[in-house]
Amino acid sequence: MAHFTPLASRILPLPMNDVDTDQIIPARFLKAINKEGMGDNLFADWRYNADGSPRTGFVLNKPEAKGAQILLAGDNFGCGSSREHAPWALTGYGFRAVISTSFADIFCNNALKNGLLPIVVDPATHADLLDLVEESPQAQVAVDLASQTVTLPGGKTVNFPIDGFSKTCLLNGVDELGYLLGFADQITEYEKRPGL
Amino acid sequence: MTKYLTLFQKIWNSHVVAREPESPAVLYVDLHLVHEVTSPQAFTGLRRRGLKVRRPDKTVATMDHSIPTHDPSLPILDQMAAKQIQQMEDNAREFGLTLHGMNSPHRGIVHVIGPELGLTRPGMTIVCGDSHTSTHGAFGTLAFGIGTSEVEHVLASQCLLQRQPKTCEVRVEGALAPGVSAKDIILALLAKIGVGGGTGHVFEYTGPAIRALAMEQRMTICNMSIEGGARAGMIAPDNTTFEYLAGREFSPRGRAWDEAVARWRALPTDEGAAYDKSITLHADDLTPMITYGTNPGMGMSITDRVPHPDGLSDLSQKMALAKALAYMGLQPGQPLLGRPVDVVFIGSCTNSRISDLRLAASLLKGRKVAPNLRVMVVPGSQDVKKQAEAEGLDAVFKAAGAEWREAGCSMCIAMNGDQLEPGQYAVSTSNRNFEGRQGKGGRTFLASPLTAAATAITGKITDVRTLLN
Ligand code: SF4
Repeated sequence: MAHFTPLASRILPLPMNDVDTDQIIPARFLKAINKEGMGDNLFADWRYNADGSPRTGFVLNKPEAKGAQILLAGDNFGCGSSREHAPWALTGYGFRAVISTSFADIFCNNALKNGLLPIVVDPATHADLLDLVEESPQAQVAVDLASQTVTLPGGKTVNFPIDGFSKTCLLNGVDELGYLLGFADQITEYEKRPGL
Repeated sequence: MTKYLTLFQKIWNSHVVAREPESPAVLYVDLHLVHEVTSPQAFTGLRRRGLKVRRPDKTVATMDHSIPTHDPSLPILDQMAAKQIQQMEDNAREFGLTLHGMNSPHRGIVHVIGPELGLTRPGMTIVCGDSHTSTHGAFGTLAFGIGTSEVEHVLASQCLLQRQPKTCEVRVEGALAPGVSAKDIILALLAKIGVGGGTGHVFEYTGPAIRALAMEQRMTICNMSIEGGARAGMIAPDNTTFEYLAGREFSPRGRAWDEAVARWRALPTDEGAAYDKSITLHADDLTPMITYGTNPGMGMSITDRVPHPDGLSDLSQKMALAKALAYMGLQPGQPLLGRPVDVVFIGSCTNSRISDLRLAASLLKGRKVAPNLRVMVVPGSQDVKKQAEAEGLDAVFKAAGAEWREAGCSMCIAMNGDQLEPGQYAVSTSNRNFEGRQGKGGRTFLASPLTAAATAITGKITDVRTLLN
């Protein structure tokens, strides 16, 4: 897994609530048998017109989108299906962190396994960040996982929660499957239970 | 630790293989269901590491999402879908997995075939790279959806790293009125709590209205637990559960069956056990439900009017509703009853089982579907299809002017060519009304099989109670 290193980037606002994974990557793109190239289809139905041209006004098509690595999303981001294609599309596009007030459970798990950091902030901080991008779309925000902080221009710092295990995995690039396979003896022992 | 445990806690506790401080538990998986869409990258991962599938005997694969529902002797036209299906076949062969492939008589939607074959049994942990794995919780199992990385983890280790979720009791008091069904219970719950209301929790559905439901209706409810954001949905096993499972292909037999039932009887939540949260619904108050928006929480009684964004105090909810209504082409305050639709879809892992088809057929028998309306009936599995045909339901649907298809996910997810045209309206028995879910630009009203059948007859959104004698 990729290491999560400190990040400084503009943030792109997509403040709608309950953005589901069918919007993040529509089902027709799920026929691929590998992970590559998903970024081109991120938010495809909001991002492109029927003829494939970019839809003006959608946040990913604005000039400031280029190179931005942080998405500022609304409540319950990533609800709906379990498709890991959603974080593959987000990371494929270039996002490394999503900030929201809450995330759907499966999306959150999938994001963490792909080096995409889900950052939960309180509604007041969320509103501050939205104001900030509205006033200055070029503003840089810094994310540091080790100290679990988001730093706004001007130096205001807010903390975000993350469980210790996920943090260690992201910081050190721990291979979760490798960790799990380390329990092989206990698994074998467990499988000796009657009725299994 | 308290001595009184919930159904969830009992299953969780008996499946923890190891737990290190500060880390998620290593949870054992009794049954891993696999389908063609969320597994290819996991098998690639195994190959890259030179790993095998640890327990092929606890892994069952099927093909449901991408497969066409037309005559199976015809070729698959979509090259990407054909390749994905081929890949599933190759992976099953290479890793030694049981696959209910194109020609298997048991092929079907993964959440339909598990219970139907008796693979899903009380007390188990079941996972699948699919969020509607929650369906299997109807049997008193802990069943939930996982991502592709986790599919790889389970293939390789038969285990998952899991943080223990919280529990939430969803109690449904009273009894359902005629014309009101399990689908209406779950749509009413979602309308009440919203699509994020269950995040971090496992639902356990309890109460007399739940106990009164047959297994297939219980599955409908557990299926849509994920639509409330819940990790899983569960219902304690009882005689209804055991009667359903008795004699199924993979159900235990003879003494093993008796022993299993004795174990299963110990699973229900102990009296006095505490849930982290509790919600109550009253079945007597429920009417047929329908959604008006673009997530399953945007639902109302079929006789209500589309709500007004101005009625909401929260700004982002207001925006979400306005956006949803714009997509749906609906005005605040308008009724949905009497609104013409283009398509009626009866299918999906929510409502494509034999009892759903029987209900729909009971209304359609001797009637015709409205002119200019496309009505698709897609059985959940080839076994459901066979049963329906043995009962003559296919003849009822065909005589009414509906399409009778092969099993699959079909227009629930529109990956296989079965899809709405941009702008079309559908009443659908599936579980998701997200933008474009049933085809780009398509607009979905979620409802029960009875509401769908009533709408098929009139061509307009119809309160089924007006058609019941
Ligand atoms: S029927 Fe729909 S919800 Fe169910 S597994 Fe298939 S695509 Fe998913």
